Amino acid sequence: MTSFDVVVAGTGPAGMAAATAASANGASVCIVDDTAHCGGQIWRGQGSDSATHPTDRRFVQLQSALESGRIIVRYGNRVVANPAPRVLRLESTSGSEDIRFHSLIVATGARERFLPFPGWTLQGVMGAGGIQAMVKQGLPIEGKRVVLSGSGPLLLAVSAYLIREGARILGIFEQASTAQIARFGFQLLRHPGKLRDGALYRAATRSAPYRTASWVTRARGQDRLQSITVRVRDEISTIECDYLGCGFHLVPNLELPHLLQCQIEAGFVHVDDRQQTSVEDVYCVGEPTGIGGLEKALCEGEIAGLVCTGQSAAHLLNRRDRYLRFARELDRTFAPRPELNEVATPDTLVCRCEDVSRQALGSMHSWREAKLHTRCGMGPCQGRICGPATEFLLGWNSEHSRPPVLPARLSTLAGTVDPL
Amino acid sequence: MNRSASAQFATPLVDFTVNGKTFSVPQGTTMAAALLHAGIANRQSVSGEPRHPLCGMGICMECCATVDGAAHVRTCQVEVQPGMNVVTE
Repeated sequence: MTSFDVVVAGTGPAGMAAATAASANGASVCIVDDTAHCGGQIWRGQGSDSATHPTDRRFVQLQSALESGRIIVRYGNRVVANPAPRVLRLESTSGSEDIRFHSLIVATGARERFLPFPGWTLQGVMGAGGIQAMVKQGLPIEGKRVVLSGSGPLLLAVSAYLIREGARILGIFEQASTAQIARFGFQLLRHPGKLRDGALYRAATRSAPYRTASWVTRARGQDRLQSITVRVRDEISTIECDYLGCGFHLVPNLELPHLLQCQIEAGFVHVDDRQQTSVEDVYCVGEPTGIGGLEKALCEGEIAGLVCTGQSAAHLLNRRDRYLRFARELDRTFAPRPELNEVATPDTLVCRCEDVSRQALGSMHSWREAKLHTRCGMGPCQGRICGPATEFLLGWNSEHSRPPVLPARLSTLAGTVDPL
Repeated sequence: MNRSASAQFATPLVDFTVNGKTFSVPQGTTMAAALLHAGIANRQSVSGEPRHPLCGMGICMECCATVDGAAHVRTCQVEVQPGMNVVTE
């Protein structure tokens, strides 16, 4: 088994910054990711030729650090278990491997929050980030009619991207109220970088109608999406479209922190000033400590990389605290409104892996009871999609993980841990 | 798919088969994007509904299919390779 001073889980911005800082201070570093590329979701498909924005230049710097040969990079590897203290079990298409760490930096990012509505399993209905990811993966979008719905700054960022790729955005439907958005805009004055990003996105999406206090109530189609019904304040209308991207802000990926028994507080990993979790030598950076976006991720990653190699990160703490305040503003502004609870009808599927309807969950009292009696959350996604949905719809606590955190081969699970 | 774009940028096309039928896509396209564009469901759900990608980032498992004999592969994590053989589930 190979041992490293520092292992980083996740090659998004937070993980890249952490690995680079730790390696620059002489630590042996291994960084692991499920995907085949670095950059995470936000920097997916980023080319080194498009480095005009300061954060894009940062991507190029961090990418070259990862490619320098000093950092061991394990792409295509998922962390499936923690079979012994300070050991992670990885699985790839070619087999499984255990790696030992002195310090571990968890940088597992976030996913979209999905709230079920009638028709959300139709072809052409995806997350907002989901549709962007599919276009970056090669889905042709030029001339297609797209509606974006849900909540959060991601809706604007995705529309700007899709417009650039030639899509026709027929509407952006944000569930937060006008007052909430206005208050958020006012708060942005304290975060000039974010204000600038917001203004650029809005300018890039001028051609698309942006409505607050509005949400999609139904998607319809034979075989694939043909139209959606949207409620804008008290008016209901129907829009014909090819794709719907619908996501309600983001939720952190907490499966690995749960597995490591890190303390979770109000839905996020609890960390101290040095990004250390409640578990000694386990650090957490980026979205799992609060959904705050790119700059927060880079800053926290650097702090953890410095701290776990014995360096001071005092010069970064003020900035990190400012980003944390921004994260709390985001959470407050884009929290789903109670009316969204009425969108899922009794026969709307909540758990897509096991096809469990809302009705079937009606007589259940907890996530655990629902798992045992209806198989909700027991399918291949392990509750990653329906867990946050049931938290919102039914007030359940679905935060729970046990190995394997992702479906794994039996040979991987059966492996014994080599002694040092 | 998207032949005009691929000609414009001179991206080579890659041939692959889905349930025995041959398709071609620009190099670099993931299997999930290729299947979605072709309108082919990745899998049937436990109650028989056709399913397509939702999250695009390897979390929802809706895009799983059998790729070159390996079952339950998340096709959004797989770039199409020449001669790849996909069977929907």
